[in-house]
Amino acid sequence: MNFQWNLVWDAVPTMLDGLVVALFATCIGYVIALVLGLVFAFLRRSGNRWVSAPVGFLVEFIRSTPLLVQLFFFFYVLPLIGISASPLVTGAFALGLHYATYTSEVYRSGIDGVPAGQWEAATALNLSTRRTWTNVILPQAIPRVIPALANYVIAMFKDTPQLLAITVVEMLGGAIALGSETFRYSEPIAAAGIVYLLVALLMAWLARIVERRFGQVRV
Amino acid sequence: MTNGEFITFDGVHKSFGNNVVLDDLSFSVGSGERVTLIGPSGSGKTTILRMLMTLTRPDRGTIGVDGDYLYHERRGDTLVPAGEAHIRKVRSRITMVFQHFNLFPNMKVLRNVTEAPIHVLGRPKEEAEARGRELLEMVGLADKLDAHPSQLSGGQQQRVAIARALAVDPDVLLLDEVTSALDPELAAEVLDVLRDIAKSTDVTMLLVTHAMRFARDVSDRVLMFNEGKIIEDAAPDKLFNEPEHDRTRSFLRSVIDET
Amino acid sequence: MSAGLMAYVWEGLLNTLLLTVFGALLGLVFAFVAGLARSSERKVVRGIAMVYTEVFRGFPALVLLFALIFIVPQFGFQLNPLFAGVLALALNIGAYAAEVVRGAVRSVPPGQLEAAIALNFTPLQRLRKVILPQAIVAMIPPFTNNLIELLKATSLVSLVYISDLTFAGQLLRASTGETALVFFGLLVGYGVIALGFTVVMKLLERMAARSLGRSVPKGLFGRAEVAA
Repeated sequence: MNFQWNLVWDAVPTMLDGLVVALFATCIGYVIALVLGLVFAFLRRSGNRWVSAPVGFLVEFIRSTPLLVQLFFFFYVLPLIGISASPLVTGAFALGLHYATYTSEVYRSGIDGVPAGQWEAATALNLSTRRTWTNVILPQAIPRVIPALANYVIAMFKDTPQLLAITVVEMLGGAIALGSETFRYSEPIAAAGIVYLLVALLMAWLARIVERRFGQVRV
Repeated sequence: MTNGEFITFDGVHKSFGNNVVLDDLSFSVGSGERVTLIGPSGSGKTTILRMLMTLTRPDRGTIGVDGDYLYHERRGDTLVPAGEAHIRKVRSRITMVFQHFNLFPNMKVLRNVTEAPIHVLGRPKEEAEARGRELLEMVGLADKLDAHPSQLSGGQQQRVAIARALAVDPDVLLLDEVTSALDPELAAEVLDVLRDIAKSTDVTMLLVTHAMRFARDVSDRVLMFNEGKIIEDAAPDKLFNEPEHDRTRSFLRSVIDET
Repeated sequence: MSAGLMAYVWEGLLNTLLLTVFGALLGLVFAFVAGLARSSERKVVRGIAMVYTEVFRGFPALVLLFALIFIVPQFGFQLNPLFAGVLALALNIGAYAAEVVRGAVRSVPPGQLEAAIALNFTPLQRLRKVILPQAIVAMIPPFTNNLIELLKATSLVSLVYISDLTFAGQLLRASTGETALVFFGLLVGYGVIALGFTVVMKLLERMAARSLGRSVPKGLFGRAEVAA
């Protein structure tokens, strides 16, 4: 066995640099996913078939196809149409778009979970559509889905290694770069794996706390 | 073991957390006897049945079935907790019909009835199916052999469940509120079937039920439970007409008679 | 497009399908073993299964793939790249699918287990004849999601130079320069494959439900949410 644990430890500084990059991408991507997902959810609920059907199809299409290919797509195609963004921003955007398709489903189930009687009461009180959404429906729908939304942060974080394909140096990318310098790949990759695992477990633990805090619907 | 003590409960104690459900309970049931357990909910009567069926274990005490202990084995002069094989062996004499039928939805009616005879008792398929058909005819469902449980009414499902229980040739039949989930008309069908069975077989029966008229018709003895103890044990005529305990009296007054 | 390039695309398609199918089959094995072990009475068994699911759900699939390809040879084993891909994907998806198995087994009404005990079935008989047939129907919709995730994850093997569909796409792009078209075509290709799998799974679900005497609501896009 040729594995040298001290090299794993040596790789940690590179890992921390990569961790910052990964967390940055996750945060930006998550904000995009939260906002865009809500937009998708609304559009899919539109009474107008010309809106709901294409959006529905688009959402399903993005959700069923690989994030990696979508990363390549935006990385190579955006410059062709004049948008120049750093690989990190491009990656965060693609990540956010991909996960917006998941969060939109979560929002939809939350909204559907609000009892029909709530809508009826709002109509009986002659509330405007906007008021109904902001004061009645969303305040009931969102808390219900916070646990599920929290879980998607972790999923996004675990997908950040794919960004190395578009030259973003997060942890795995850093590990490969380190490996190509020293010709010892195993230890840096192990270091990356361990850090990813630890951070993911930490996030899962935090998500459990969030779930407990928001899990019960406050009546 | 004499016939009068086919089933014995000796010093049985059971609590769920702080809640004492059975309090140092001792009683016995004779072979072929029909005993009804009545009492308010939480008084422990269902727990008795579930313990006999090994769905729950007693905290203390022994339960005997025809000379063997259900949860203990004899090693020389002492009793040790029984292993799984022993429990299975003793348990094979007992079966149960449930309040919510619990038919297997992944099997049609005939297969529900023949599955245990074939795979637990080791009977050949033709024999098990012939017996199954016989039993289903006895409960009035000869035309439903090929049906799915989901296609049957509650009363029909319960009758299949009864046939399924009888198919394993039990010595002891436990009936846990078998009509409580049925509306009165369907409950009556099921009770008629049980009356027939009580008349035509000599299987030992322990019933928990709210159907008081049925209990009177079928039972040899009625046990009144209250707060984990048996407070009265008498023949139905005596217990229903001249109850000794105030608690028994007030309970009987409040019971809604089903059939 | 030259015949040589077409050959790459076919090879890529074939490998993607192989990775998906075998990854799914192996992952199913892991899922059932771990999922059933989570419900075991023995603490040690439960613990091991929990470690497996927690670790392989916390590990990014790409890192696992790199680990299998780079680290394992250090210990003396040489893994065939395609097999390494199948293993990495199976370990990853198996951990998620194990939760599906566990949830589905728990969703079988307790009365069913009690009836099986009352008829004196052995524990193995209870599982095979009563619990699993009923649990399987509940497993299929979430499994469909797992399968699509697996299909998407197969694209990761292109980064370790295994010639799957995405790798073929890269080759196509490099030689034809039609970037947008190639990647869009890739997306459509994956989308069609995903659709195919979804249809098959819906059919399986309908068959399984029918064996329980139940009916399944119609419609193709009624997918359950993906558990993260």
